[in-house]
Amino acid sequence: MNPRLGKVLPPLAVITAVIAFWWWIVVHNESPIFPTPWQVVTGTLELAEDGTLWEHIGASLYRVGIGFGAAMLVGIPLGLWMGWVAGAYRTFNPIFQMLRPISPIAWIPLAILWFGIGEASPIFLIFISSVFPLIVQTTSGVHTIDRRYLRAAANFGVTRWVMFRRVVIPAVLPEIIIGMRIGIGVAWLVVVAAEMIALRSGLGYLIMDSRNAGNRYDLVIAAMIIIGVIGLLLDGITRLLEKLKTVRWRYVR
Amino acid sequence: MLAASSREHIAKAGRLGSGPALGPQQGTTAATPITDMVPKISVRGLVKSFKGAKGKTLQVIDGVEFDVAEGEFVAIVGPSGCGKSTLMNILAGFEKPDSGTLLIDGRPHPGPSPQGIVISQYGSVFPWLTVQQNLMFGLAGKDSAANAELADHYAAMVGLKGFENAYPHELSGGMLKRVELARAFIVKPEILYLDEPFSALDALMNLRMRNELLRILAEEKHTVLLITHDVDEALYMADRILVLSPRPTCIQARFELDMPHPRRLISPEMDALRERILNELGLVSP
Repeated sequence: MNPRLGKVLPPLAVITAVIAFWWWIVVHNESPIFPTPWQVVTGTLELAEDGTLWEHIGASLYRVGIGFGAAMLVGIPLGLWMGWVAGAYRTFNPIFQMLRPISPIAWIPLAILWFGIGEASPIFLIFISSVFPLIVQTTSGVHTIDRRYLRAAANFGVTRWVMFRRVVIPAVLPEIIIGMRIGIGVAWLVVVAAEMIALRSGLGYLIMDSRNAGNRYDLVIAAMIIIGVIGLLLDGITRLLEKLKTVRWRYVR
Repeated sequence: MLAASSREHIAKAGRLGSGPALGPQQGTTAATPITDMVPKISVRGLVKSFKGAKGKTLQVIDGVEFDVAEGEFVAIVGPSGCGKSTLMNILAGFEKPDSGTLLIDGRPHPGPSPQGIVISQYGSVFPWLTVQQNLMFGLAGKDSAANAELADHYAAMVGLKGFENAYPHELSGGMLKRVELARAFIVKPEILYLDEPFSALDALMNLRMRNELLRILAEEKHTVLLITHDVDEALYMADRILVLSPRPTCIQARFELDMPHPRRLISPEMDALRERILNELGLVSP
């Protein structure tokens, strides 16, 4: 058998089996609410045709884009600074370590209180959820730079700025990419949760709205599957960064 | 440091003078054959200790003294754990001694600088830069065409022609060592500090790199300080060999090697010298 086919076939078989079992159990139980896979497909097509599906996807991606972008702008420089300057680490690390384990969902009431029900709340929640992994990964990335590289740079008599720009940043880049992967994953989890609370668009809203407006469980499941696929794509796009020539060294050997 | 000096003896192993010339000259306190010139490196009464567990101090270096003349190749041989790496860190300016003086050209050591480049067993070629970018790292004016040309010249000198744009992870261990050597030579350091430079390579590559290094040193004269546990490496390359005692370390024997290159490691006088050095290291079989 073709080795490529051999890799693709087993997971495909599992997915097929899950769909078959799902179909069989719905038909067997004659469920009036729970949809068959085909009903999910037709429901999805229905949403795609009237354009609302794209609006929901676009709204969710927009929020993640803004929230995660802001988290990168804040988290990466902050992480580099905390990693490079010992005093900054001692000063800020305790509070970040304390805030980090708080689930982003716990911030929802505060977000509504501060920002009301609008675009700002979910963006804030995404920011909160993804900024900590970025800070922590970047900081620990700086801390774990192999000392021999810093020594070699010092040996060549470069300034502290050149050392930072040409040694520290490239050495930490692979850790930053790991932080981005974790961050974007959490951000995607959180946007869906945030949209379930109180908004008029987004994939999270689509799930709650479909249930509330006439038990459209076909659309609930359609939205869930789309969320899964987009999450996979986001991770895949972030992973493309690992292919950059300047970070390849971290992933070989 | 008188106690340390009296333990030392100097042996001269001239190429022609076998026999009596190999005998130790007990009680000689002269640390160097240099007379009126200022030595390139001058080390006097170097002492270093570390705070160990439970507040105990662990003395690592106890009164190391030696001089290195301009253009000389001096090897310091010592047993594992005797404080070789600490000594090298101090000599290269990365650590400060507790006491003692360390002069370069008669002036206090300025700290790490391109004047003296360290090459260690671990290697420090930047993996995120290409070979060419690595070579240009220490050059002023970064990515100019002239620098790129210079980098390519040095890459060719160490046999890396055609690999200028390769990344380190695409190279073998021996090639990485060549990158590191070229990156050091390109900044024209006055001193090379070699800290077991080839010990991470396989035996054959180790031998090959010794020849490469000697070939380059014949082209571009540098003062070299080699720290190693490999007696043969020292015998093959050095003009002078200093043997370190166990910790706290001091120099317990000095040997002159007035032999031309390329050297044969198997010859009666080499065998005799090797045996004497191993004897100093407490390793010789009767």
